[in-house]
Amino acid sequence: MAPRAGSDVLALPPGPRGLLRGTTLLLWAAIAGLILWSWHGTRFDPIVLLGAEGRAEILAYVRKLFPPDLAGAFLAKVLYWSLETFAMSFMGTLLSVAIALLLVFPATRTLAFSGLLFERDEAGRPIRILRVGLFVGARFVLDILRTVPHIVWALIFVFAVGLGPFPGVLALGLHTGGVLGKLFAEAAEDIETQPLEALQATGASRLQIFVYGILPRVAPQLLAYSLYRWEVNIREAIILGYVGAGGLGQQIQIAISLFLENKLLTLILAIYVMVTLVDYFSAFLRRRLL
Amino acid sequence: MDRSPSAATFPHPDRTRALFPGLLGLCCVIAFVASWRLAQVEPGLLLQAESRRNMARFIAGMFPPELSRDFLGLLVGPALETIQISVMGTVLAIAIGLPLGLLGTASLTITGVLNEFELAGAPARRAARIAPYACARGLLSVFRCIPEFVWAFMFVRAVGLGPFPGVLAIGIAYGGMLGKVYSEILENQGMRGSEALQATGATRWKVLCYGLIPQALPQLVSYTLYRWECAVRASAILGFVGAGGLGQQIELSMRMFNFHEVVTLVLLLFLLVATVDFLSGALRKAIV
Repeated sequence: MAPRAGSDVLALPPGPRGLLRGTTLLLWAAIAGLILWSWHGTRFDPIVLLGAEGRAEILAYVRKLFPPDLAGAFLAKVLYWSLETFAMSFMGTLLSVAIALLLVFPATRTLAFSGLLFERDEAGRPIRILRVGLFVGARFVLDILRTVPHIVWALIFVFAVGLGPFPGVLALGLHTGGVLGKLFAEAAEDIETQPLEALQATGASRLQIFVYGILPRVAPQLLAYSLYRWEVNIREAIILGYVGAGGLGQQIQIAISLFLENKLLTLILAIYVMVTLVDYFSAFLRRRLL
Repeated sequence: MDRSPSAATFPHPDRTRALFPGLLGLCCVIAFVASWRLAQVEPGLLLQAESRRNMARFIAGMFPPELSRDFLGLLVGPALETIQISVMGTVLAIAIGLPLGLLGTASLTITGVLNEFELAGAPARRAARIAPYACARGLLSVFRCIPEFVWAFMFVRAVGLGPFPGVLAIGIAYGGMLGKVYSEILENQGMRGSEALQATGATRWKVLCYGLIPQALPQLVSYTLYRWECAVRASAILGFVGAGGLGQQIELSMRMFNFHEVVTLVLLLFLLVATVDFLSGALRKAIV
């Protein structure tokens, strides 16, 4: 039915939703196709799990897990491995913050070569090219750090310096450093520019503008990102144990491979407690400091 | 003496507040020193002759990246499988996270304007609501606090090698995360629309379907898509424990010291992640 002229005033403008309606079917078909293709490709089969046989097997496995091994000597070792994993995530996160802070200055576009601070720039062409080059280089390094997954970094460092938590620290630090560096640079690029202009007018250098104008403004955001990444890293630290970086992950691998189900349950409980504690502590710090 | 407006508006911080930064600083220093020792941090190790030799060997081994037709052909299957695992894992995560997240949404089940009249003076009914709420929260927390890698490890044991355990691992771990975030999103919605719906006599189920979910849909979809992006990275890693996808090949090449293959694999992984980021961005624009 054609709308009357008067009702046009109230009608919603043909926004993206109106446009969507034409393509809705196509979109849903594409999503359904993607899911079906994945269902088929992964041999997804709920029957295997939920059928009588699957249920029985899973129940039997769960029964074997109980009771958890709570012998004093083993608990002491679990505590040590937990602390080792914790230490790995803590040092790794600190290293990543250090890397990110080192690279954020050249990787921030507004500090490196473009925008307000360079409006009255009288530097010659070679200097400008050098600045752009530095920016591109810093971003490229961050991209590489981020693209290589933790576990590959860990394998590389295990190859280079041998087994133990130290290669795990390096792996967490490098990968997370790439992630945080990008986030830090984006945060620094997004802030209001008037205060920076004021600082520049007083004759502050770009480094001074960064330290006194930008860092105090974005510090809460950087802290929040870092704490969030720490929560991620405590989980990643467990994974890295699998490739020889020690801690709980390595013990889980041993327990699963040697069918030590009771010990496995203790280790899983330890992971649960540790991850929950770190999540709470990080949330508490964010509430308190921000 | 204390009449000045600043003293009136900014009361003296109590003692614990003043102590807090100092205490926190002390904890950080202790944690730093203890962690340094526990994690066996030895920067000198990186500069040792042997480490340097190994690094040089690694970097020299990276070039040129393996780009032969045979090797690339070998990777097509695992690469596609990685995407399939991430899609199916996310679908399963929604199937797990949505119902548990709804049960674990306090504003829907126990507190707030939707429930205050119904539950006032009915302790038995309140308890009957709190029990599933607490169960859902507890389950979600167990699901997400155990890393997907550990889930994958156990599922490989339970259902055998292949992409299926990978799907289950991602589905469970990410289901826990989705459920938690879903319930947080729903609890943070303004309740006026829901209250109005309830006043017309709508049941809680109807308030949910016609009020809360449409209201929160952009956020829910957006977070789910973000999780899909994460799932691609995760499913590539899961191959390390035999759960299909690219990870298996990465581990193989790494253990055989075929570093020129590792470079190709990491590049391919980067391409996969970028593709999914792009797709997810496009979907987000179309839906949200």
